[in-house]
Amino acid sequence: MASEFARSGILFRFIMKKERFRSLLWLVGVPCFTFIITFALDDLYPTQQARDGMAEGMRNPAMTAMVGPGDLDHYTLGAMTAHQMLLFTAIIVGLMNILLVTRHTRGDEEKGRMEIIQSLPVGRLSNLHAMLLMVCVSNLLLALVTGFGLATLPFDGMGLEGSLLYGAVLGGIGLFFAGVAALFAQLSGSNRGARGYAITLLVIAYLMRGIGDVTVEALSWISPLGWVTKAQVYAHNDWWPVCLMFLGSAIGFAGAYYLHSIRDLGAGFLNERPGRKQASPLLRTPIGLAWRLQRTGTIAWGIGMLLIGLSYGSVLGELESFFQENEMMKQFLAEAPGVSLTEQFISKIITVMAILATVPPVMAMNKLYGEEKRNRIEPVLGRAVSRTRLMTSYGLLSAGNGFVMLSLAAIGLWAAGTAAMEGKLAFGMVYSAAIAFYPALLVMIGTSAMLIGLLPKWNALVWLYLFYSFIVVYLGGLFQFPEWVAQISPFGHIPQLPVEEMDVSKVWLLTAVAILLATVGWMGYKRRDLHG
Amino acid sequence: MLKTTDLVKRFGKFTALNGVNIEVNQGEIYGFIGPNGAGKSTTIRILLGMLKADAGEAKIFGQDAWKEAVQIHQRMAYVPGDVNLWPRLTGGEVIDLFLSLRGSRGKQVRKRREELMERFQLDPTKKCATYSKGNRQKVALVAAFASDADLYILDEPTSGLDPLMERVFQECILEAKREGKSVLLSSHILSEVEKVCDRIAIIRQGEIIESGTLAQLRHLTRTHLQIETRQPVSGLQALAGIHHLEQKGHTLALQVDADELDRVIQHVSPYGIVKLESAPPTLEDVFLRHYEDAGGR
Ligand SMILES: Nc1ncnc2c1ncn2[C@@H]1O[C@H](COP(=O)(O)OP(=O)(O)OP(=O)(O)O)[C@@H](O)[C@H]1O
Ligand SMILES: [Mg+2]
Repeated sequence: MASEFARSGILFRFIMKKERFRSLLWLVGVPCFTFIITFALDDLYPTQQARDGMAEGMRNPAMTAMVGPGDLDHYTLGAMTAHQMLLFTAIIVGLMNILLVTRHTRGDEEKGRMEIIQSLPVGRLSNLHAMLLMVCVSNLLLALVTGFGLATLPFDGMGLEGSLLYGAVLGGIGLFFAGVAALFAQLSGSNRGARGYAITLLVIAYLMRGIGDVTVEALSWISPLGWVTKAQVYAHNDWWPVCLMFLGSAIGFAGAYYLHSIRDLGAGFLNERPGRKQASPLLRTPIGLAWRLQRTGTIAWGIGMLLIGLSYGSVLGELESFFQENEMMKQFLAEAPGVSLTEQFISKIITVMAILATVPPVMAMNKLYGEEKRNRIEPVLGRAVSRTRLMTSYGLLSAGNGFVMLSLAAIGLWAAGTAAMEGKLAFGMVYSAAIAFYPALLVMIGTSAMLIGLLPKWNALVWLYLFYSFIVVYLGGLFQFPEWVAQISPFGHIPQLPVEEMDVSKVWLLTAVAILLATVGWMGYKRRDLHG
Repeated sequence: MLKTTDLVKRFGKFTALNGVNIEVNQGEIYGFIGPNGAGKSTTIRILLGMLKADAGEAKIFGQDAWKEAVQIHQRMAYVPGDVNLWPRLTGGEVIDLFLSLRGSRGKQVRKRREELMERFQLDPTKKCATYSKGNRQKVALVAAFASDADLYILDEPTSGLDPLMERVFQECILEAKREGKSVLLSSHILSEVEKVCDRIAIIRQGEIIESGTLAQLRHLTRTHLQIETRQPVSGLQALAGIHHLEQKGHTLALQVDADELDRVIQHVSPYGIVKLESAPPTLEDVFLRHYEDAGGR
């Protein structure tokens, strides 16, 4: 049995060495992010009175669905930080762990790098075991740095126990999703598949918690992200959710060990269908080939967007009745003239959904460079397909993709919303509010195209830009950023229908910017060397 | 040393191996030949404990290839045909990783490592991302030959090497053989294996169709001859072992069974040979011959 783990230590050091910069980046980044947020919140809401005001604003189902329940009756700086930031940070940590684990397990296996490793006197489970050690060490470090760091901040209401729990929840959720990823890395036969399934589970956990916190309580008890809020950090400080996370992680890894020990190298358990013998006529064009490569992913994302829309929509009914019962609340949240609170919430939700809907089209565009790096573009370009035609194909495909994603999210939101509100939600209002974001989405695709043309090595920067947009939108209300901070992002320029007025000139302007960016990228792409 | 008995491997409904038997003895170089998709790599990966056989046995050093993989691998080295490495590491770093995972260290190993890098003309300071296919293969070859193994399993290890490097490679395995080590060498080119192998097995569609020493397989191999003579040759048809004879005035193109070669040359030489070209038998010929034999039986 011991031989199954032979030489895990060397592999562990090897993975650590390869990951040292990336790990360091997020072991410093996540805690620093947390500390900065805490300082900012203290700055913005310095008195208990100010915080109580914020707490009142949070006391409605819409906010609960978004950020989870919090200790609104004792909204200390600690309770506020945990309420506003912990869930959000937990999702990022979960994502990091999923990417980390799949990269070094199924990823290395798929790329054929495990072939020689496994031919050496290395146990069948050694690499997986090294990965477990790696995630244990890094999540433990993350928990300790965050926990002790928070405890040393000079604020009231952030005691040692709460601070350590804050860190432990982050480490725990990281381990949990590392376990999930390890399991899917065995089940799925491809890296994309493993990553996709694990991230899907993360999203489902978030949605389940959102719906559960507002309606069916049981749902948030079985969601691992529900456990994050159930720890009641800086309030009751319950440690049992962290234990649940460890348990879940242990089950995930145990399952992964078992499955790995009985399977063939390179094989999975979820079967992929055999491919076609002949290319369909569509596949013979570059746009057809690009579509074929992305089909599965696009369909999965489409379903995901629809589900996200439906989940948010299902909360709307609850929200409507809540506002009707709370006259005081209405006064407190100074209503904009002629706009209901529900509509305000809808416009906020749509902004978030629009940013999410930008992920799949940007992925579709980046695929052009991904394929190039894997040397798969050369055969296509070798066959009398010009580069301009190729890039245009990818661009059009991703523009279409974005339109579909936005539409699906809007349709989902409307369908569930109108059911929950007994038919009082106008489709045109929801749909136009969503489609208004299309130009911003195009700017993102244009940015990606520009980077592929001019700075291909830096093409991941577009994700940073999108992430920035997300932060600005998601946390904008909380931090009251100055105007220009939001305006750096194309999403900051879109009028938030139905609360704000439509502004057609902005639509044209953003579209023009998108086309300009794409053209620059297109010219660069024509001229530069292929990588690979 | 290495022995498989009736190996069967299925991928879903597809049967990749259907009763494969091979045996490699101590101190011999064993050639494992077959066309693309015949099942060479599948057999080898079962021997390495990466795939689990559906039926049959695979043993190395008398131990089970799946269950006792780690113990077996301590005395064995492997080079795949398609070497994939970590793009951001240098060749030297990767070789060191492989050597340390094997537990080989010490002055002796380092010396051998340097010497092999010299012989294969490998620059160990370059990142793997910048290596060509052949250079990545050299990394794996250096790591394999620098370690002190009793058995080498090499799956088309020369598919990316130029002729010069292929020579170096052949020297390396012949040296290993002289030290009493065994080698299992797969390829889809018969002539390449012929030069170094003591015995060969030919696999096709998951079944071993022929195996034995080269002398035993001689009857399977045909040499292609192109001959130009001063006078037109006559009476060739009467000789045994001649196939696909084409005669155009003074030039002849024909295939001769290896064991009939001597008689054919003797027959032709009185006519005055101006030019003689011969090409080694290809795998295809072996198959053709095999089916002709099977049909005739
Ligand atoms: N993981 C797998 N799933 C399904 N079929 C497979 C798998 N691996 C191999 N095969 C099939 O098994 C057969 C044998 O493949 P194998 O790789 O052993 O051939 P090979 O003799 O090494 O060929 P080559 O000379 O091209 O390397 C092939 O038809 C191949 O398509
Ligand atoms: Mg092969």
